[in-house]
Amino acid sequence: MYSYDIVVIGGGPAGLAAALSAREEGAERVLILEREKELGGILNQCIHNGFGLHTFHEELTGPEYAARFIGRVREQKIECMLETTVIGLSKEKEITAMNREQGLFHIKAKAVVLAMGCRERPRGALSIPGYRPAGIFSAGTAQRFVNIEGKMPGKEVVILGSGDIGLIMARRMTLEGAKVKVVAELMPYSGGLKRNIVQCLNDYNIPLKLSHTVVGIDGKERVCGVTLAQVDDNKKPIPGTEEYISCDTLLLSVGLIPENELSLEAGVPMDRITQGPIVNEHLETGISGIFACGNVLHVHDLVDFVSEEAKNAGRYAAHYIKAVKKEQTEEIVIRGGRGVRYTVPQKFQIENGEETLLIRFRVDNVYKDKVLGIFADDREIRHIKKRMLAPGEMEEVRIKREELLALKGCKELVLALE
Amino acid sequence: MYDVAVIGAGVVGCAIARELSRYERSVVVLERASDVCEGTSKANSGIVHAGFDAIPKSMKARMNVSGNEKMEQLSKELDIPFRRNGSMVICMEESGRTKLEQLYEYGQENGVKGLRLLTGDQARELESGISKNVIAALYAPSGGIVCPFELTIALAENANVNGVDFFFDTEVTGIEKTEGGYLVQTSTENYTAKYVINAAGVYADKIHHMVSKTPMEIVARKGEYCLYDKQIGTMVDSTIFQLPTKNGKGVLVTPTIHGNLLLGPTATDIEDKEGIDTTADGFAAIMEKAALSLDTVPRGQIITSFAGLRAHSVKDDFIIGEATDAEGFFDVAGIESPGLTSAPAIGEYVAELLQRKDPAAQKHTFISKREGIPHMSELSEEEKQAWIQKDSSYAAVVCRCEMVTEGEILNAIHRPLGAKTIDGIKRRTRAGMGRCQAGFCTPKTMELLAREWNIKIEDVVKSGRNSHVLL
Repeated sequence: MYSYDIVVIGGGPAGLAAALSAREEGAERVLILEREKELGGILNQCIHNGFGLHTFHEELTGPEYAARFIGRVREQKIECMLETTVIGLSKEKEITAMNREQGLFHIKAKAVVLAMGCRERPRGALSIPGYRPAGIFSAGTAQRFVNIEGKMPGKEVVILGSGDIGLIMARRMTLEGAKVKVVAELMPYSGGLKRNIVQCLNDYNIPLKLSHTVVGIDGKERVCGVTLAQVDDNKKPIPGTEEYISCDTLLLSVGLIPENELSLEAGVPMDRITQGPIVNEHLETGISGIFACGNVLHVHDLVDFVSEEAKNAGRYAAHYIKAVKKEQTEEIVIRGGRGVRYTVPQKFQIENGEETLLIRFRVDNVYKDKVLGIFADDREIRHIKKRMLAPGEMEEVRIKREELLALKGCKELVLALE
Repeated sequence: MYDVAVIGAGVVGCAIARELSRYERSVVVLERASDVCEGTSKANSGIVHAGFDAIPKSMKARMNVSGNEKMEQLSKELDIPFRRNGSMVICMEESGRTKLEQLYEYGQENGVKGLRLLTGDQARELESGISKNVIAALYAPSGGIVCPFELTIALAENANVNGVDFFFDTEVTGIEKTEGGYLVQTSTENYTAKYVINAAGVYADKIHHMVSKTPMEIVARKGEYCLYDKQIGTMVDSTIFQLPTKNGKGVLVTPTIHGNLLLGPTATDIEDKEGIDTTADGFAAIMEKAALSLDTVPRGQIITSFAGLRAHSVKDDFIIGEATDAEGFFDVAGIESPGLTSAPAIGEYVAELLQRKDPAAQKHTFISKREGIPHMSELSEEEKQAWIQKDSSYAAVVCRCEMVTEGEILNAIHRPLGAKTIDGIKRRTRAGMGRCQAGFCTPKTMELLAREWNIKIEDVVKSGRNSHVLL
């Protein structure tokens, strides 16, 4: 049995930043467990630029962004076990892992940071009717083929879902010589970043069909076409709007799901909406000493925000093992009200020694010129004008300590659109 | 010249091949797909039926009950998972009681052991998730679940180890009577055999008519299914059937042997014998019908939908025997449900028919045991360690959702009739069968297939000859 102060599960952007900040905060024995051959996670296949504007105030590619963190992890001599898969996690923070060199082994950690990231929702989850031939890929799998393996998964492409990976892949496939015929989006708005719609679709004249979905997949061995249809307000296909588009490839960018198998095994309480753990302002889950950050906690749009969140998680994990245990005071619930799908964290304590409380949230629809209210029980404590809100863009509010101190005795903090 | 040519490497063809391999006979299996288990055998409920719904004295009844009894021993010999989880037929209308009692009577007559009629409350005591509207039920403790892929693959592997030749991508295009038997023409080579066994599934009528003028009609009856995440795989423990009503046959709700939840099948007769597409109507029908069985039908955790074609004979029974106008040509046709259950019994029966026709000596070298691929996810830590110590590739996880290691994939490739396709790997190891549906493991699986078979990665296919993943 190995023994560490802090074990970080996952060596992607979240894990790297968490491990670094844990070390900077004085944690001695920090270990990163990564299942792939290299650190960096999904950034390694994101060879487009646009990463790091917030963190480094410059535009980097995914691998460049990752390299900055990996470099610092090496400088700090933080231990990493690569090609190592964690197969078990207990609430006592005992980890079971496997790799070729050590076989199956156990690690006892004082604190654990969950940083396993997310996976893509597959075709099956959408129950798209039709055949099940080759040529149907989640956008991330296609991205891996193109950018890591240097192989083309198709030539004539239809993309379902206008999430960021779908948009990025529309451009990427086009640049590699494929014809992207259309991007179809079930919702009346895109779930991706505005800049990606402009730079990945508009710049290449790729049509985006909102309120459309795939209602049929044709082709017994390889995809030979898909049928698109317009959907009504209840997202049901409208008969008569079907349109057959011949293609050899269907890419799906229909949502990301935090990968919380290990969290569930350990018994970490989960949030139904984020599909990630419920955490407090220290990003600590319902199990003392188990922290979560990055896409395993909730799906982010920008890696910069992942890094920031993970840095906090690493810091809090380091504080935790130094056992600067604060007095337990009443916990206040944070939740989304009208128009707000979720918040992270989902609870906090006032007397926590922090200067600010950072709350991230997402809205449930596209809104223009709205006011976001923050309510302590029924009393409005903040009134924020928002020109534009969209589900694809994560929002945040920061509440200062002085404001928090005034919340004593309150039960819940609600973020809602007015 | 072979003694026997078996057409079709589904569960029936493979079971027959294995039984024939007990004797001193040369046997060849001809399969038009690239692997075993590519037709009806790959897309069904995976149920080992107890045998109470087949009409007494029918071939279905005989084969079902006998196949059910054999399954336990067979699963041990072939090292495949099998569990008697029990079957329950639920009745929700007063008018159904007579039908339920009739099933009980059928079961008694067919020799099904341990059948019990239950009240609605007794049924809910056994299965808390079933509907409040259940007023009575028939419970059969001998009902079971099995992995249809592993069963078929294991039968084929074992037959192969015992000397049976398998040729894939070999579609039978014609059969001619010759002096000492038959000339079987295929899309590749011609084969000669003294006896021909037609186990061609939905195409059994086509094959039959290559040699016989007697009528046979096999209708492709499509069944659609929804498969759910393992997280809700324990919603029911037994297999829940609905009593057929005037509104048609219901759908079943069952755990799979690997712990998923399975809902289906629909039943639609179709023209296209390749029509395994799922439909929006089928999906809606499954949801609507399952809602009758269950308190709540899960919505969010479907990981895949699929459809299979049952080989339905218009005679509504299995057709097993020598064609009356073609000596030495044996039909094993119309093997729809309970075909999977019946396969072991059908195999034995067909081998006996042949023994009666032309006795052959028992093969002393017959090996009845087969060692399966270890499934790391199902092993204890000690067992995992033991495999890893033998071969460290059993510590390298390729499919994270089902925890399938490189060792298992290599094992699947290098065993008898080893996997050559992505689906072949999937059915042997479960890599890609989990909740991400192969999103993460596909590139790695392809790399291993290309490396081990020494082909270009562009030449790796999903399942058929033209199912290339990369273009």
